[in-house]
Amino acid sequence: MNLAIRDIRYHRGRFILTSIGLGLLLGVVMSMGGIYRGLFADALAVLNATQADLWVVQQDTNGPFAENSRLPEDIRYRIASVPGVAQASPLSFQTIQIERQGKPFRFYLIGYDLNGFGGPPVITAGRNIRQKHYEMVAAKAMNMELGQKIHLGLHDYTVVGITGKMVSSSGDPAAYVSLADAQDIQFKKDNNAIRNDRARIAAKVNEIQIISPAQAGFLNQNITGITESTHIVNTVVARLAPGANLPDVQDRIQRWNHFRAISNEEQTHILTKGMIEKAKMQLGLFRIILLVISAVIISLIIYTSTIDKIRVIATLKLIGSQNRVIVGMILQQSLLMGVIAYGIGYGLISLTYEKFPRRIVLEPIDMQLLFLIVIVICTIASFVGIRKALKVEPAEALGG
Amino acid sequence: MYSIEVDKLTKIYGKGETAVKAIVDASLQVRPGELVAILGPSGSGKTTLLTAIGLINEPTHGKVILDGAVVADEGWLPGLDLKRIRREKLGFIFQAHNLIPFLTAIENVMIALEINHLTRTEAKSRATELLASLNLGHRLNNYPSALSGGEAQRVAIARALANRPKVILADEPTAALDTDNGKNVMSLLKKLAVENHSAILVVTHDHRMVEGFDRIFEVRDGVIVQETQRDV
Ligand SMILES: Nc1ncnc2c1ncn2[C@@H]1O[C@H](COP(=O)(O)OP(=O)(O)OP(=O)(O)O)[C@@H](O)[C@H]1O
Ligand SMILES: [Mg+2]
Repeated sequence: MNLAIRDIRYHRGRFILTSIGLGLLLGVVMSMGGIYRGLFADALAVLNATQADLWVVQQDTNGPFAENSRLPEDIRYRIASVPGVAQASPLSFQTIQIERQGKPFRFYLIGYDLNGFGGPPVITAGRNIRQKHYEMVAAKAMNMELGQKIHLGLHDYTVVGITGKMVSSSGDPAAYVSLADAQDIQFKKDNNAIRNDRARIAAKVNEIQIISPAQAGFLNQNITGITESTHIVNTVVARLAPGANLPDVQDRIQRWNHFRAISNEEQTHILTKGMIEKAKMQLGLFRIILLVISAVIISLIIYTSTIDKIRVIATLKLIGSQNRVIVGMILQQSLLMGVIAYGIGYGLISLTYEKFPRRIVLEPIDMQLLFLIVIVICTIASFVGIRKALKVEPAEALGG
Repeated sequence: MYSIEVDKLTKIYGKGETAVKAIVDASLQVRPGELVAILGPSGSGKTTLLTAIGLINEPTHGKVILDGAVVADEGWLPGLDLKRIRREKLGFIFQAHNLIPFLTAIENVMIALEINHLTRTEAKSRATELLASLNLGHRLNNYPSALSGGEAQRVAIARALANRPKVILADEPTAALDTDNGKNVMSLLKKLAVENHSAILVVTHDHRMVEGFDRIFEVRDGVIVQETQRDV
C-alpha cells in the first residue's frame, strides 16, 4: 500500500494548491530559460539567415550589429575580386520607429541586393521582392497583410511576401526591401532640404575669391553630388570559394582594402558574448533564486506535513513498520509534489510561450536538466522531514 | 509456558535528583488465552509497565520474556529487532484508537499485514474477514473520521489482531467509550483471548469493566500491591 498517495488523496485540496503554486514558480523558471534561448536565437537570426563567411565592415568597428559601420556601396566589387571570395553582396540595416494605430511600432529594415544574397530566408506567404522599388517582405511578427502599404521616407511600400521569425538582435521584427529603397529611406532628403543644402553650398563656394565662376559651378556640382549620394551600406557580406582559406582572405581584405573582415564565428562571438552575456547572467541568477525559493517551499511543506503526521509515524513505528516505509512515504510525497509541479509548469509554459512578446525557445535539454534539478531539490528537501520522522519515538503514539 | 513473564521489572525515568521510579520490582505472568487487567490510579505506573513489556519503553532492571524468548534482561537484549518482534508477536490497542486518519478502515488493518510481508491480496482478504467478524463489514471503506468511537476502537482491535499475535497489550481501550460500547469491547477481548489463545493484558482504571477479567493486578505508586484471581 502506498502511504504517500493515500495521504495525498486524503489531503488533496492542500496538495493540489501547493503543487499549482510550485508549478507556477517552475513555469517562471522554464520561461526564463526559454527567454535566454530566445535572446540567443534572436541575436543570431540575421546572422544565421545570411549564411555569410565574412562580414566586411568599416575599419576598427564591431559592425554592423554591435556598432555603426558605414561603407561605400561600390566596395562590393573590390571585395568580390579578392582571391578566394566567391560572392559579395551589400546589406544595409536600420531600426525604424513609426506610429501604428496610435502606438509606437519598431521594426528592423534590411536592404539587400536583389541579385545578391542576405534577403529573406524563407517566404511563407506571397512572393519575394521582384521589382527594384516599393516592394517589401515583412516578418510574420510585423502583423501585416499581403498587399498592405506602409509609408516610409518619401514613398509607400507594398507588402508582397511574408517571411518567418526574422528579428533584429534586440528582438524587433524585420522587414526587407531592395538595397536602393533602403538607402532612399535612410538617406534621401525631401526636395526642400535638398534646395536648402544646395543654396548653402553654393553660397559658400561663391565666397571663394580665387576661383572663377565656372570653376565654382563645377565644384558646386561635385560637392552636392557627394553629399546627396545615398550609395552607402553597413556591411558587405561575402561567401568564400570552396577551398579558400578564411584567415588568408580576412588578412588580405584588412591589409589591402583597409576594412575589417569579421568571420561568421567572430560575429557570433560579438553578438552573443558582448550583447547577451549580461542578460544571461541576470536570467541565470533569477533562475537560481527561484529554484532556491522552490527548494525552501518544498522543504517547509514536507516538514510541516511530517510534523502533522508525528502521531501517524509513531503509530506506524509502534506496530512495527520498517523505517523504509516511513522514509518512503515522505520522500515519495516530496518527489510527487515536484513532478506534478513540474508538469503543471511545463503545461503552462507550453500553452503560453508563443504569446510572449519576446521569443521563448524551449530546448528539450533545458527541460530535462530542470526536471533533474527538481528531483534533486525534492530529494534534498525531504531530508528535513525524514530526519524529524526518524527521531519520532513509538511511545509518542500513546496518550490522549 | 507463559506468553508474558515479567520478573522484578523496574523502570526509572531520568537520572539523579529528577529520577522517577515509575515501576519497582514488578513481577507477573500471563498464560495464553488469559485476559488480565492492570488496575490502579492515575500516575501509578500502569502505562509504564505495559510499554516496558511491549518493547516500547526500555526497562531499567529486571527480565521480560515474551512467548518463551527473553527480550529484556537489565535492559533490552542487544541485537534484538524490536520492530520485528512488535509486528510479529505483539498487538497494541490504545485509549484513543490511533488509526491512521488518511487510511480507510480496511487499509488501516491491511497496513499492519503488509508491513509484515503479506501480499496485497492476502492482506485484503484477511482484513475483510476480520472486520466482518467484528461487525464492521459495512464500514470497510470509511475513513476513521467517519466512524463512531466504538467502531473506530473495533477497527483498532482488528489491526492489533491482524498478525495473530501471541500477546495483546491494551492501554485503557474502553476509556473513550460509553458503558455499552466499553462492555462490548471487553466481551470481544474476552472472546478473542479464548478463541485465539492470545494473552491479553489490559490497563484500566475503570472499575465498571473489571468483571470479565481472569486476574487483576493492582498497582500503587509503581508497586504491584495485590493480585486477585477471579472465578471462571
Ligand atoms: N517519559 C517519562 N519521563 C519521566 N517520567 C515519566 C515518563 N512517563 C511517565 N512518567 C512518570 O511515571 C509515573 C507513572 O506514569 P504512567 O504513565 O505509567 O502512569 P499511569 O498509571 O499510566 O497513569 P494514567 O492512569 O494517568 O495513564 C508518573 O509519575 C509519570 O509522571
Ligand atoms: Mg497511562
